[in-house]
Amino acid sequence: MKKIQILGMGCAKCSKLYAAAEAAAKELGLEYQMEKINDMDRIVEMGVMMTPALAVNGTVKFASRVPGADELKKIILEAE
Amino acid sequence: MFKPVQLLADWVVYGVLGLGRETLAGSSLNFFVFDTIKIFLLLAGIIFAVSIIRTFLPPSKIREIILKKSRFSGHLWAAGLGIITPFCTCSAIPLFLGFVQTGIPLGVTFSFLVASPMINEVALIMLFGMFGLKIAALYALSGFIIAVISGLLIGRLNVEHLLEGFDVSKKIQNAVFGAEMPWPERFSFARDYTLDILKTVWPYVLIGIGLGAWIHGYVPENFLARWAGADKWYAVPLATLVGIPLYSNAAGVIPLVSALTEKGVALGTTLAFMMAVTGLSLPEFLILRRVMKLKLLFIFFGIVGAGIMFTGFLFNFVMS
Repeated sequence: MKKIQILGMGCAKCSKLYAAAEAAAKELGLEYQMEKINDMDRIVEMGVMMTPALAVNGTVKFASRVPGADELKKIILEAE
Repeated sequence: MFKPVQLLADWVVYGVLGLGRETLAGSSLNFFVFDTIKIFLLLAGIIFAVSIIRTFLPPSKIREIILKKSRFSGHLWAAGLGIITPFCTCSAIPLFLGFVQTGIPLGVTFSFLVASPMINEVALIMLFGMFGLKIAALYALSGFIIAVISGLLIGRLNVEHLLEGFDVSKKIQNAVFGAEMPWPERFSFARDYTLDILKTVWPYVLIGIGLGAWIHGYVPENFLARWAGADKWYAVPLATLVGIPLYSNAAGVIPLVSALTEKGVALGTTLAFMMAVTGLSLPEFLILRRVMKLKLLFIFFGIVGAGIMFTGFLFNFVMS
């Protein structure tokens, strides 16, 4: 089970990343769970200063961008 | 450097469209076509290059660099690195907290917060394209100095008690995450980012250059000197105030302002106006209210606003 977390406080790109990440996970046929993290203290604590960011099971993978579908799949697949 | 673009514009306007070189319509349209192509080439090329550099300097890396500096050089580094960091209002809070809670002094954080939106690559490219290298450099240098001095002043004021909405005493560790980006990903990041920016700014650029071309052709020389010349004391504060609500439209505002300068608006007034457009923004003000008391926000805006006006007056004084 992979917990895919999208960090952001409601910017336009945050929802874009959320949709793209969910689509990638679905296509991979993984068991996954999506989570939105919009609490600023938690975002900062996870080390993110530019949103949107994506974390898998609590580990931040990237911030401040929305990667393409292939890269997203790779990141989600390789995440522990 | 842009000779081929001029040839292209000449060919389109005077050749294909058959407009006369001496006609007002012909020269205005030529001006529009030339500037539009030039600006888009500059935007695409430079944003792409800056984005590549950016993939090497994510905010966590920048924070690490600033943390290692002494207090004074911290201000210089924060303002300098703020230039290459893109600023988005929605990231203002995490960026602010991420700096302050890892132990970067408040004043140094403000230096960064001032430089990042004020000296952004879109504004600099537009200035370079419409006004030339000298004005673009003057703008960047003034913005840098304002950022450093504002930060130094706020640091001196001991305003930590004016922060709120988060646990000030809580300290977090600097975290650098993500694997090293491979080159193909740097390129695709830069390409996407450049396209993103172009998609956002193109209507403003076209409208701005279009209006600018119209003013260039149809408004008499020195038409505005009577109201906005260097000898008018109220021009600089007025330009600063008018600039505040125009945030994020630097792309459209600069071509327009370039045309107005030609018609008699003094250079310092122009610079103050553009700095207010980029550096002081109401959305930013509102969002920062979540982490600081209104008083600190006013201090912040007051100091930056005063710095902008000072720069405006200085240039008007020196240049006239």
